[in-house]
Amino acid sequence: MSASATPETAPPATRPKDIKAIPVRHPGRWVVAAVVLFLLISIGNSMAANSRFQWGIVKDFFFSSRILHGLVVTLELTAVAMAIGIVLGVVLAVMRLSANPLVSGASWFYIWIFRGTPVLVQILFWYNIAAIYPHFALGLPFNGPQFAHINATAAITPFVAGVLALGLNEAAYYAEIVRAGIISVDEGQTEAAQSLGMTPLLTMRRIVLPQAMRVIVPPTGNETISMLKTSSLVSVIAVTELTYAAQQIYAVNYRTIQLLIVISIWYLIVTTVLTIGQYYVERYYGRGATRNLPDTPLQRIRRGLRIRHEWS
Amino acid sequence: MVVSTNGDPMVKAEEVHKSFGRLEVLKGVSLEVRPGEVICIIGPSGSGKSTFLRCINHLEKIDAGRLWVDGNLVGYRQVGDKLYEQRASEVTKDRAEIGMVFQRFNLFGHMTALENVIEAPIRVRKLQKRVAVAQAKVLLERVGLADKLDAYPSQLSGGQQQRVAIARALAMQPKLMLFDEPTSALDPELVGEVLEVMKALAFDFQTTMIVVTHEMGFAREAADRVLMMDDGRIIEEGTPDHFFQAPREERTKQFLAAIL
Repeated sequence: MSASATPETAPPATRPKDIKAIPVRHPGRWVVAAVVLFLLISIGNSMAANSRFQWGIVKDFFFSSRILHGLVVTLELTAVAMAIGIVLGVVLAVMRLSANPLVSGASWFYIWIFRGTPVLVQILFWYNIAAIYPHFALGLPFNGPQFAHINATAAITPFVAGVLALGLNEAAYYAEIVRAGIISVDEGQTEAAQSLGMTPLLTMRRIVLPQAMRVIVPPTGNETISMLKTSSLVSVIAVTELTYAAQQIYAVNYRTIQLLIVISIWYLIVTTVLTIGQYYVERYYGRGATRNLPDTPLQRIRRGLRIRHEWS
Repeated sequence: MVVSTNGDPMVKAEEVHKSFGRLEVLKGVSLEVRPGEVICIIGPSGSGKSTFLRCINHLEKIDAGRLWVDGNLVGYRQVGDKLYEQRASEVTKDRAEIGMVFQRFNLFGHMTALENVIEAPIRVRKLQKRVAVAQAKVLLERVGLADKLDAYPSQLSGGQQQRVAIARALAMQPKLMLFDEPTSALDPELVGEVLEVMKALAFDFQTTMIVVTHEMGFAREAADRVLMMDDGRIIEEGTPDHFFQAPREERTKQFLAAIL
């Protein structure tokens, strides 16, 4: 629009004022919020006022050395079992996609066995493995020469049995997660890499897996959190992880509820930390997939504070 | 660009056949492409154009006939009168000499434009990173994207992505460039920028190019020869002028009338 167009209806010199409308009221939301708040206060009050909760005992045992030791064992179990699960899972997934029917069949068989039996049974099985195989030997079959020899009764401690059972079971599930991730990457990516002269292995490592990570990471966080809690099952073979540590204490002092609260809070704390970690890992592997990475919660808080600051 | 030194045709096809299951897609394709030549292949969808291109780049295996690139048999090794299937490592080596540009760009989504271009030179050609980056910057500047080095594919328009894809293929210094409908997935106003880059390749760098395309304007300006494919065969071949002034086959006339 030029200024010389029509002087009578000259366009305004400035842009119109920002709209300031009265927002739609939502009385229903206030009612629901009030009900929720009332319930929360009631529950909170009943927990705080009920002397049978004996919060003092929860506090006393929260940092007790036996509980903390159990927490460390739980973290070790989770970390080692997940490491076994992830490494073996990736191998199984790649095997499953192999063109060699024996290789993909072996992977299929493994997943069938370990996904098809309860993990509790697998834990008990590994705990008792020495009954069938008292010795492990590395060598050629049919009484050929031996290279290494392990006494199973000594080597398979409850902790090792627990880690093996959890890790090998996890691998079966994780293989399917990785396979889904690999399949989700567009075939054009592989073709482009191949047409540039990249070998299949290089293509998998540099092009396909990094992009599959975007699909693989969220369930990995889920599996890790799940593993943290599933690891409590190894209490049945007397590994003093967090749950078994609590059981040992309340077997003596009968403060069952208090100790269950103690370990529940610990499980929640670790889960929270893992959730935060997962968020940042997802963000890292999401690069390139979205045009703009979303702000991290910290950045969001900082920006909020800055705006407040500018207003005042 | 590297020009063939041994006097062989850059591409030679003799009676190439290819089937997918029971469907025969190529029914005997024969062709010779001289070094430095620009060939455009036109034809209706399903006529086997893209499949033929993919055969040249070992992305598909041929069932019958023979196919050579720069004097080397594609996919096989001939010893006496016996044919041996090539090992994966040999196929990989041959592919590195042939650049390919896809209809859907296929840029690596987790890498920036620059990373896309330097990936293969570093990992396959074993170039030093410093050298690869310098070369990539020259190439990206040549395709007009000097200011987009750090952009991810999702932040680029289709035309920009395709130009990065061309730079990525050129970074391997291929002796042959294959274009599989490079502008078909682009908005009409972005087609021009990609064709400009391709014309520059043809005129300024004498790159041997085989282009599957429906852009008749490009064919007229840049192509030495145009091939019309239909139903798995090359049914007509000639200069661009021949196709625009006096196509011989009825099928070609129909097709040109439909797309022009």
